[in-house]
Parts: sequence; C-alpha cells; structure tokens
Amino acid sequence: MDLQAILSGIDVKADWVGLRYVKENTGFRLVRDGKPEANTRESKQGIMVEVLVNGQFAYYGTSRLDAVGIQAAADRAVVLAKAASKYSLHSFGTEARPVAKGSYRSAFQTAAEAFSPGELSELLIKASTELKVSDKVVSTNAMARIVESESHFVSSNGSDFDQQFLMVSADYSAVAQDGSITQKRTDGGLLAKSYQTGMEVFNEQDVLARCRIIGAEAVELLSAEDCPTGTMDLVLAPDQMMLQIHESVGHALEIDRILGDERNYAGWSFVRMDDFGKLQYGSKLMNITFDPTLENQFASYAYDDGGLKAEKEFLIKDGLLIRGLGGLESQLRSGLDGVANFRASSWNRAPIDRMANLNLEPGDSSYADIISSVERGVFMTSNRSWSIDDYRNKFQFGCEYGKLIENGKLTKTVKNPNYRAISNPFWRSLKMLGNQDTFEVYGTPFCGKGEPNQVIRVGHASPLCLFDKVEIFGGA
Amino acid sequence: MEKLFKQITQDIMTRLKPGEHLGLSFGGEHTTFARINAAKIRQIGNVDEADLGFNYIWKAKCCTSSISLSGNIDEDLQRAQTELDRLRTEARQLPDDPYLVIPDSTETSLNEKFGTLPEADEIADKILPAMGQADLTGIWASGRIYQGSANSAGGYHWFASDSFSLDYSLITPAEKMVKATYGGTHWDQAKYETFLADSIEKLKLMSLAPRKIEPGDYRTYIASAGVSDILSMFSWGGVSEAAIRQSESSLGKMRNEGATLSRLFTLSEDFSSGLSPRFNGNGEVAPEVNTLISKGELVQTLVSSRTAKEYGIESNFATGGEGLRAAVMSAGELKEADVLKALGTGVYLSNLHYLNWSDMIGGRITGMTRYACFWVEDGQIIAPIENMRFDDSIYNILGDQLEAVTETALVNPDVGTYDGRELSATICPGILLKSFSLTL
Repeated sequence: MDLQAILSGIDVKADWVGLRYVKENTGFRLVRDGKPEANTRESKQGIMVEVLVNGQFAYYGTSRLDAVGIQAAADRAVVLAKAASKYSLHSFGTEARPVAKGSYRSAFQTAAEAFSPGELSELLIKASTELKVSDKVVSTNAMARIVESESHFVSSNGSDFDQQFLMVSADYSAVAQDGSITQKRTDGGLLAKSYQTGMEVFNEQDVLARCRIIGAEAVELLSAEDCPTGTMDLVLAPDQMMLQIHESVGHALEIDRILGDERNYAGWSFVRMDDFGKLQYGSKLMNITFDPTLENQFASYAYDDGGLKAEKEFLIKDGLLIRGLGGLESQLRSGLDGVANFRASSWNRAPIDRMANLNLEPGDSSYADIISSVERGVFMTSNRSWSIDDYRNKFQFGCEYGKLIENGKLTKTVKNPNYRAISNPFWRSLKMLGNQDTFEVYGTPFCGKGEPNQVIRVGHASPLCLFDKVEIFGGA
Repeated sequence: MEKLFKQITQDIMTRLKPGEHLGLSFGGEHTTFARINAAKIRQIGNVDEADLGFNYIWKAKCCTSSISLSGNIDEDLQRAQTELDRLRTEARQLPDDPYLVIPDSTETSLNEKFGTLPEADEIADKILPAMGQADLTGIWASGRIYQGSANSAGGYHWFASDSFSLDYSLITPAEKMVKATYGGTHWDQAKYETFLADSIEKLKLMSLAPRKIEPGDYRTYIASAGVSDILSMFSWGGVSEAAIRQSESSLGKMRNEGATLSRLFTLSEDFSSGLSPRFNGNGEVAPEVNTLISKGELVQTLVSSRTAKEYGIESNFATGGEGLRAAVMSAGELKEADVLKALGTGVYLSNLHYLNWSDMIGGRITGMTRYACFWVEDGQIIAPIENMRFDDSIYNILGDQLEAVTETALVNPDVGTYDGRELSATICPGILLKSFSLTL
C-alpha cells in the first residue's frame, strides 16, 4: 500500500492530516492436558485517519483501505473536528505531531515461520505432558502467543516512519489438587514471559526443564502451610515487581490520568501536577526509568504513535519524582516534561498516554545479602491477584508461591501469600535493592485503559527487592 | 452489512470439500466515540470495522481465525478465500482434536433493532451544553453493532442493533464523584437533560464533609451497580463448567463440597430482555432462560458444546469461554424506600471498583469502594466515606451475610469497548449485608 500516494490524494480543508496503517497477525496456540485446545490466528488491518481543524483533532478509523474509503474517512473526520471544536478541552497546533522519519525492527534470531504449526503444537504437547509430574497435577496448560505487527505513519507535515515488531509470549502452568486444596503455578505469572524476540525462546530442553519445576512447585504448594499473617519484611521477586511497578508507579504517573481524562474509568492519581520535582515517591534506592530502547523488552519502539522519538528517561531519581508518563499532547496540556508514550492499541483507537518499558534500575545488594538481612519475612513470586484503587493508592496483591524467611534463611514454602499497602509509604519502605545479577525482564500483553477501551503491551524489569514492615496474610 | 456477510457465506460454503466443516461469524460496528473531560471534548472520532471469524474443521483437526473485512465485496471475497486456503494448510499440520465440535445447528434467525440516534456531527451540540458548569468526565458511544453466524450445516443468524450511551462521572471540587449511564436506542433530548440534571442534583449529597472509617466488619448495602460488578466475577472462574471440572472455579466448593449460598440468591442467564443475541459463535441458540443458582443451590452451569463433548454431558450452548452473556439476579422483597432504614447504621456503597479474586478457589474477592458511598447512622446518610478496600468471600456476601435483596432489579449495561462495543447487560437488585469486611 502506497500510503504517501494516498495521503497526497486526500483533499480536505484541515490544518494537518495523518494516516496510520496497522496490520497485525496474532497467533495463539494452547494445549491442555496434552490435547489441542486452541489453534487460532487473528489478522487485523485498518487505517486511522486523523485531522486537525480549528485546534481540535478528530479521527476516523476504517478497515476500508482504498483511496475512496480513506478520502471519505478524512471528510467525515473534518466534519467531526469542526463540530467538536466549539467544545475543545485544549486547542492543539501541529506541534503536537512532530515530524518523524525512520524505521524500527524488532531484534530476533529465529523468524516466526521457522516453526511450523505442527512443530509448535508438538512442543506444547510435550510441555503439557512434562508439567504433569504426579497424579496430583489435575490440569496442565502450555501456550504460545506470537504477534507480527507492522505500522506505517505518514502526515501532511512530512512524517514517514514504519515499525515492524515480532513479539513472543509463552506460559506453562499446572494445577495440582489434593482433596479440597488446589494450587496453581505458572511460569512467572500468566504470560509474564513476553518479549520482542523470535522463536528461539522455544528451545525444547529449556522449556521442558522449566515445566518440570512448575509442576513440582504446584504439588509442593499442596502440603505447604498458609502464608502467615502479620506485619513483616517482604522480599519480592522480579516477576512480582513487574506488577508492583506497573500498578503503583506506572499508572500513577500517567499525565492524562493526572489531568483527569481517566476519571470515569481507570481513575485519577494520587500524584498531582505540582508533585513533579518535589514528591519523594520512594526511598533513595528507587530509580525508575522509561526505556523503550531496550532490545528484546516487550514494548520497545523508535517512535510513539504521535511521532515523538522514543528515548530513555528517568521518571524517579533517588526516590524523587521528576518526570511523568505523558506524550506530547499531555505535555502541551500540562506544561510538564514527559516521554514518547502516546500509543494506540491498534488502527481503530486514538493514541493516549501508556506505559511502554518501565523499569526499576538495579542496586548493589546480592541475593544472599538481601535474604540474610531478614530476621522474619516472606519471599513472594509470580503474581496471581491484583487490585488497586482509582487513585493508585490502596493496593492488594497476591502471589502463587512464597517462602518464609527466618533468621536470614529461606525456610518453609507457604501457599496463598498476599500483601496490601499504600503506594507511597510502601515505596518509601524499600530498604534493599538487588544488583544486576538479580535483575530480570518481563512483560505483559494485557494492560487495559482508556475510553474507548484499549489493551496494550508493556514491559517491566526489576531486581529483587526488600520492603520493610508490610501487612502480609494468607488465603481464605 | 448483512448483505456482505450473506454473500461471503454463500461463496465460501460452496468452496468446501468433502470432510470439511465450517462455521463463520461476523462482528462489526459503526461507532462514534466522544471522550469528555471537564465537560469538554478531549477526543472524538468514528470507527468502522468488521471482522469475519472462521471455525474450520477437517476430519479430526480444527483451527480458528478472524480477518478484517474492508466492506468491498470483491476484496472481502478474495480475503475470505485466501484465509480458507490458509486454514486448510494449517489444519493438516495439527494434531487431532478429540473435543472438536462440528457445527450442526440448522436454526436461523434475523433480529434487527433500529433506533433513532443523533448524527455524529450533532453529538457535541446535543450532549455538552446541558452539562453546564459541571465537572463531567466520560465517554459517548453511538451507532450500530452487527453480529452474525453461519455454518456449513445451514444455520444462519443475524443480529443488528442501534444504541447510544453516555457513561459518565460527575466530580465535586473535593473530588467526590457520582457515576451514571444514560443509554438507549431512541434519542430524546428532554429525557437526557432531565436524567443529567438528576445526576447533578445527586452530586450535591457528595458535598458533605467526607468521613474516614476504620477497617472492620460493617453492615453494608451494595446498590445494583456494585452487585453487577460482583456478578461479573462469576464469568471468570465461576459458572463455567470447564472451570469447575479443571479445578479453577470459585464455585467448585458448591459442586464438590456441598457449599451453598443464601436462599435469597438466584442467578440466571436470561435473554428475554433481548439486549444480547442468544446465538453463540457456532450458531447454537441458548435457552431463553437458564437458571444457574436457585435459592443458593448450584443447579446448573454454563456448558459449551466442546465442554459437553469432553465430559460427556449436555451442552446448553454457552460461548466457548462459558461466561455470562445475560446475567439476571432475581429481585427480593426489600423496598427501595426502606433501604436506609433497613441498613440502620453502616455503609452504603453505590459502586465497586477493580475486583479480583484474592483466593479464587476459596471464593474470596478483593476490590475497592468507589463513587457515591456513604456512612449511614440510624437510617440517615451522614457523610460520604473515603474509598475503602474490601476483601470478603462470595460465600459471605451472597451467602451467610446476605440479609435482604431489593425488590427492583436494574439494568446495568456493559459499556465496555475492548473488543468492540459490548451488547450485554447485567440485571440485578441491590443487596443488604449483615457484615462486609473492609480491610484498608
């Protein structure tokens, strides 16, 4: 499709016109108990026509891709923009859509086509079988999700960039049961192993070894004690820190939330405009970066969907809040510094402020240093439950697997570990931060936000973390 | 759109070869969205999209897919034919699927509900002036939604519906909020303005100084919108037969251990309102009413044909995910006017937020209070409360602690738009609890 030619042919009275074409194929394979449960592929393509008239942007997303359909979409968008411009929340200029030129390709070793549907199914069947380490494992799942996505953006002020992504997510899980006790283990949380990568992640030896551990831990949990209740030290593995960063830092720092756009849906934020540069968000150990430049992390890219170049930025430095998660529109509305995070889930949604890769930078404590420093506490790994309030304050999270820490040593395994706290005090209680050796990278395809609703991919990386005096409890 | 779906169906079905079976599904919408913040337009636009779903079976192998349609019949026929060929190639490489279901429904239906909606370029003028100086944030969505289903056995269904909704929050300067949704099929400017004025009036109650309450167990009333949130959890690790069989359901205790809920609690899937189509992706038509929990007893679950085949039981033609499409909780006897008096002293919750299982197998849910929630003393509203986290079991909320159910069940439309505009709604009353656990 010659997007530049189509753009040149559009005849509308607008201050700016942009075309964003997206084509995305999502393949999903699921094997349950050794048998195929789903072999599906979703192929979506369409174009978002966006115009600026009288300071108001309006869009028309259409799956009709010929020049006639796109001209009609542009005409209707102009009519909408004019009608809405009497009531604009903010009058924008073309500076909200900078000129961007270039391209981006995900880094990978093995292309998606290298594995046939049959070969991948065979591996997942083996994985599902390997997870059943004993008769107590009553159900197993092995799943793979492969996304090939391409986008191309052109605009009347000269932007022309295209981006191609290959994204692979996989998960292996086992449900174990003994009488009325049921426990489940996954591979670090549902599809937490989501990366921009290739099919090299489906190394059979590695996959099967992980499956044996997952199955064994599900069975181990059946005879474990319930997590104790009390206020004590909490050590969180990086796969749970992913969720912790996402919910209690990422969403809270989205500038569109702070500006109130999400008050009817996802919510507001305890962070206020005048907190930037002043609020001590966490302890001095806390350094949060927005980094869409990391190779292989799930939400890396070169430009956001408004054309802003993606660069690494510190949002929180030595615990101090310095920058928000806001694209150019939010930056123009708020006057705050932001990042290139104006992102849309597909061609049929307008971009809004989203997380991309949001990471907690590593510190200098080793795994052994952290565990040995704890007199009484709980180590938790792999998220299984999450809930937080609309201001991103009061949260309660649960994990699949826990270990008691007593007198500096990991002792008994505990089941149903949960904790609850309030965001700022919790982050200020961060008292030890793992070093690079403890640093792990994760991602999720499932971050929901926006009206109309959008699900988008995000990446999070973190070292092992120790928090002081947290309210911890067990199951029902 | 129906013409497009019919033409594609006729073309593709004739291309099937011996041993092949096919289900086709259609989903589409023409929608105008207007995102509002502070009673101004934040973002506005239209979305036209249509997708064609395939459920392809060859011998004992099965694969599914969906493709975008352009609306141009020649282009779309080509896309559909190419996809059929791709599915043929893929299926032959897959292992046998012992639980695949060959579509065999020969039923047909046509259900189109046309409304009167504002034109896209009229929407801002129609909805914004009435907001006046109110701080209103929300989403307008209007237009037509399409769903279709066809299969190689001859089954064919088509459903189209016009609707609009304005889902919004009104906010006081002290950041207390009231939530409401004005929706329907026929726009009436006067009714809209009256509805909105009523919401703005309700907001005045929120201007009282808020009260902070301590964690603990409280007598609690949860209004219909909050109950709707709790019932939504039954679609995830709840009434699915597969989830129960695979030990991933909160209702496993009811099936396996004889646990019960309150006799005041009856839950059905009930399509009689006509808000949602009864046919699923395979073109199978669910019973109009399917009682799942009757007076606290689990009497039935949602069973897809795939689950039915795996476990040797009867299907009730649920969707593949076995979630609720038309949840209806039976009303009780508590008069709306008596709610505060019956509550006495405790907490009145209009809405809940961000629910999740804190222990799915144990049936425990955590979440937040949100919007118009009050501290009540001796039947009088005293003050709005600051939002609280709760963590309690459905076996308490809808079981031992359920004291009364209101006599009116309200329609709570699903205004979700993740995979396109939703068609479903939850119809449910409010509930009065002897005790509800607020934890943070």
